[in-house]
Amino acid sequence: MTIPNIVGAGLIVIGAGLGIGKIGGSAMDAIARQPEATSKIQTAMIIAAALIEGIGFAALFAA
Amino acid sequence: MRRKFSLLALLFILFIGSVAFAHDNHSHAGEHPEALAEKDTPEKVKGFIKHHLKDAHYFELFHGVKMPLPIIIWDEGLKVFSSGDFKKKEVKEARAADSTITFQKLGINDTVAKDAKDYLYESQTSGYSIFHGKIIAAKHADIQLKLNKEGKKKLVSHSALLDFSITKTVLMTFIICVLLFLAFRGLSSSYRKGPIPSGFGRLLEPLVLFIRDDIAIPNIGEKHYKKYMSYLLTVFFFIWFVNLAGMTPLGINITGNIAITLSLALITYLITQFTANKSYWGHIFWMPGVPVPMKFVLMPIELLGTIIKPFSLMIRLYANITAGHVVLMSLIGLVFFASNLFSFGAFFGLTLFLGVIELLVAFLQAYIFTMLTALYFGAAVEEHHDEH
Repeated sequence: MTIPNIVGAGLIVIGAGLGIGKIGGSAMDAIARQPEATSKIQTAMIIAAALIEGIGFAALFAA
Repeated sequence: MRRKFSLLALLFILFIGSVAFAHDNHSHAGEHPEALAEKDTPEKVKGFIKHHLKDAHYFELFHGVKMPLPIIIWDEGLKVFSSGDFKKKEVKEARAADSTITFQKLGINDTVAKDAKDYLYESQTSGYSIFHGKIIAAKHADIQLKLNKEGKKKLVSHSALLDFSITKTVLMTFIICVLLFLAFRGLSSSYRKGPIPSGFGRLLEPLVLFIRDDIAIPNIGEKHYKKYMSYLLTVFFFIWFVNLAGMTPLGINITGNIAITLSLALITYLITQFTANKSYWGHIFWMPGVPVPMKFVLMPIELLGTIIKPFSLMIRLYANITAGHVVLMSLIGLVFFASNLFSFGAFFGLTLFLGVIELLVAFLQAYIFTMLTALYFGAAVEEHHDEH
């Protein structure tokens, strides 16, 4: 692993972490506002998080 | 009934043990005695993790206790033999001026630099050898390698044979399939006696209902969900069981093998394409509701999207499980480098914590794969009544 690769991998992880964090935070807000819609929000949250994770992993493989 | 099962399990373990030890006796004869006295180094742990992530032609229960598995290759006809036939052979490299490398036998008294040393497994009775996981029809003296531009060694003298071997991954996949079959046979036959399942089925029934009510019906719709249920259930329980099996100390890594996740994603892709209705294809080739020039722009993007979706399914499962195994095994490796009791406890606690997280990930990845599969199926059969 060369230094550009490591820096790239770090940037990817930061980006993916921010993205998943934002999704998780927003889902928490939404659940607090509407506890009765918890299951629907969770499903949508997990799908969105999985998509970001997929991109993150794809980028990590490229790095 | 339960007693019978545990007796069977015990017999099975004894059988594996006896086979393994029988093999072990003669495989250890030629090894150097000083290898046992060596201390663990970070390089060794790294090598161990790399080794774990790869598929193997034997089943290793403990260090040095190996159970040979059948090797099936196509070399002008199908050939079947046991992998117990292969013995490790250490060789030294001889580099020629034109960057070709040949192997010479390494004697016991030879001292060679580490980077000029390599190894391969040679068959005792036939002319085959395994070089870095590839089965080739040659002995070590006939093998020729070449350094490529990146400084990596590439095999040039022989090409790898077609390999249909029952490897560790294949064997464990078979075992998981049999386990799943038995578990769900039990569940279905218990419904004949009454509405309440018995035994292990009590755990499975809520999960089946969960997949139907929370995954299939909301994503595919009441009208079409039934024909997809069998695949969704199969893929969910297969991935879940396989992931859980990966968390046992048997050292198996099935979903961390990209060929397995590729096949799963390919099946999802094929089912989506072959059960899709007119409106699905309409949205790909002639997107309704956008100006005509845009339709031509969207066509290749949408077409590419159909391939990217299963591709991301494949990568997600593979990368998650691989990353989980690497992190967990690195932490287990760290325990052996603890210098005092406090760090030992800390590393042990961390390993335990991550192990529990990985159990959650095992379920979560199965859930996500099934969920996204259902989502793609839903998109394929969705009916559009209004033009938008």
